[in-house]
Amino acid sequence: MSTRRTAPRRWWQNLMYHALMLGFAGIFLLPFYWMAISAFKNNAEIFANPVQWFPMPFRWENLGALVSRDDFPFLRQFANSVFYAGSVALAVCFSCSLAAYSFGCLRWRGRNLVFGLTVCALLLPGVVTFLPVYMGWTRLGLNGTYWPLIAPFLLGDAFYIFMLRQFFLGVPRELMDAARLDGASEFRIWWQIVLPQVRTPLVIVGLFAIVYTWNEFFGPLIYLQDREKFPLSLGLFTFRAARAQEWSISMMGALFTALPMVILFLLTQRLFQRGLSSTGLK
Amino acid sequence: MPAGKNTVGAAMPRRQRRAGRGEARAGVWFALPWMIGLSVFTAIPLLLTFFIAHSRFQITGAPKWVGMQNYEAIFADPAFWTSAGNTFMFAAISVPIKLLLALGLALLLNRVTALSGFYRTVFYLPFLMPAVAGSIVFILLLNPSAGPVNLMLSAIGLDPPDWLRDPKAALWTLILLNLWPLGVETLVFLGGLQNIPKDVSEAADLDSPKRWHKLVWITIPLITPMILFNLVIGIIYSFQIFAQALVIGGTTGRPAEATLMYMVVLYRLAFRYFNMGQAAAMAVVLFAVVLLLTLLIFRTARSWVYYEGDSR
Repeated sequence: MSTRRTAPRRWWQNLMYHALMLGFAGIFLLPFYWMAISAFKNNAEIFANPVQWFPMPFRWENLGALVSRDDFPFLRQFANSVFYAGSVALAVCFSCSLAAYSFGCLRWRGRNLVFGLTVCALLLPGVVTFLPVYMGWTRLGLNGTYWPLIAPFLLGDAFYIFMLRQFFLGVPRELMDAARLDGASEFRIWWQIVLPQVRTPLVIVGLFAIVYTWNEFFGPLIYLQDREKFPLSLGLFTFRAARAQEWSISMMGALFTALPMVILFLLTQRLFQRGLSSTGLK
Repeated sequence: MPAGKNTVGAAMPRRQRRAGRGEARAGVWFALPWMIGLSVFTAIPLLLTFFIAHSRFQITGAPKWVGMQNYEAIFADPAFWTSAGNTFMFAAISVPIKLLLALGLALLLNRVTALSGFYRTVFYLPFLMPAVAGSIVFILLLNPSAGPVNLMLSAIGLDPPDWLRDPKAALWTLILLNLWPLGVETLVFLGGLQNIPKDVSEAADLDSPKRWHKLVWITIPLITPMILFNLVIGIIYSFQIFAQALVIGGTTGRPAEATLMYMVVLYRLAFRYFNMGQAAAMAVVLFAVVLLLTLLIFRTARSWVYYEGDSR
């Protein structure tokens, strides 16, 4: 857009540009391609020399093998991941819209201080807080459940609050002032006037929460011990750690761990890009 | 605090003041859950971590104050220094390379063609790959005999290493793995590039016919805020690399502790040996290092980051 120069590019310049970019695109897509084709090969074919660039034959039976293993309850873990990501997304949309509204639209003493602390929390490495939190949940006897993984999000999360606040800042103040003069309660203003204005941002935040939670690994690793309760990331890790030689199943598992997020992203790309540009600096 | 500037009638001020007070009260109420969350899950645990670092604290039983013993113990542990060195090397190599590549890619992407949307999508996709799945795929990709990467490297006449078994090359596996999702940084840069006002860009074109002049004197200075952002996030993130290292090297950092990362050693201490005190001490050390680096960067940022005059 901004690099358009006075002289138009020549056709060979365009050709070279696209050749270069398609080359890069190929490099970035190679791991996806390799995962997909390896999922439909057997072990011998995966390690065949010379390298097979296309699975011959296409081993659909790997799909059946993936969902019928006792040591990798894939469908169960898939459902767990859906539950986990969905719960966190809902919790985040609710709790963070409360805080972001307060930071973005309301004026109160101490607001800038609390928001400043929120930004600090955003930059704080998680490693300096997780040990006491872990010990606390263990004391409560909730280690081994999804409570430690979901409950904190019911109170909010610095990243999503920060992201949502950027959008709340854009809600015109006149709207709220008018409602206030009409005698609407603050809760009603939030619910009926402001939230409808940020419906799309809420969806964006929900999508980010789904992707991050789907890929979350450390939390489930330390809190969950029962294979039947694992989300997919952890299930895949555990399977691969125990059965390092069964590559077809690992690859099929990886494929179906990644695929839902890729599809979700392709369907909602424009929203993702808006979300990303809101978190980057203005 | 006054609620508005546009006071009209005589009756307005009191009404607005009341509204202002209500607004302030509502502000606190709406932020309350988060303030509780911030205290319970961040502020208090932060303080407790320092406390645990000075205690002998098995999961059960009362904690015992042990002074600096935990720090002495981790500093005497060779695994601590190995992992700290590896992590530092990893961050020192991967963050600059990632920023440079992302910047280059963003400059390339910053034009309108029929395929722009396609490119942007492709470069963003790796971010959606769960770390565990991506790492497992890379083990196959980098296989010396059956992986496509070494096949292609040999085809262009290079002598590719045995990525996963050669201790000298294994760290590069993690670096490559970390470079793959650079689309996020790229899009942040691209956002900055597209915010450069058109008149500035065109004026630069008229001033100097050399394109690199414009790049060095106009484009890069204008996106220094994004460079700062990506740099800080990149450092914080790469010092805490965990999932990839655990998949590639296990808890022992195969091969020969070459992929043993700081967080893996910390995890091992806490959840294999249940030594919460030493794990907390490691967490405090990491926190201090990251904090110091971040402050240092923000300190120098004043001299190299350009902020528009009308900052809000």
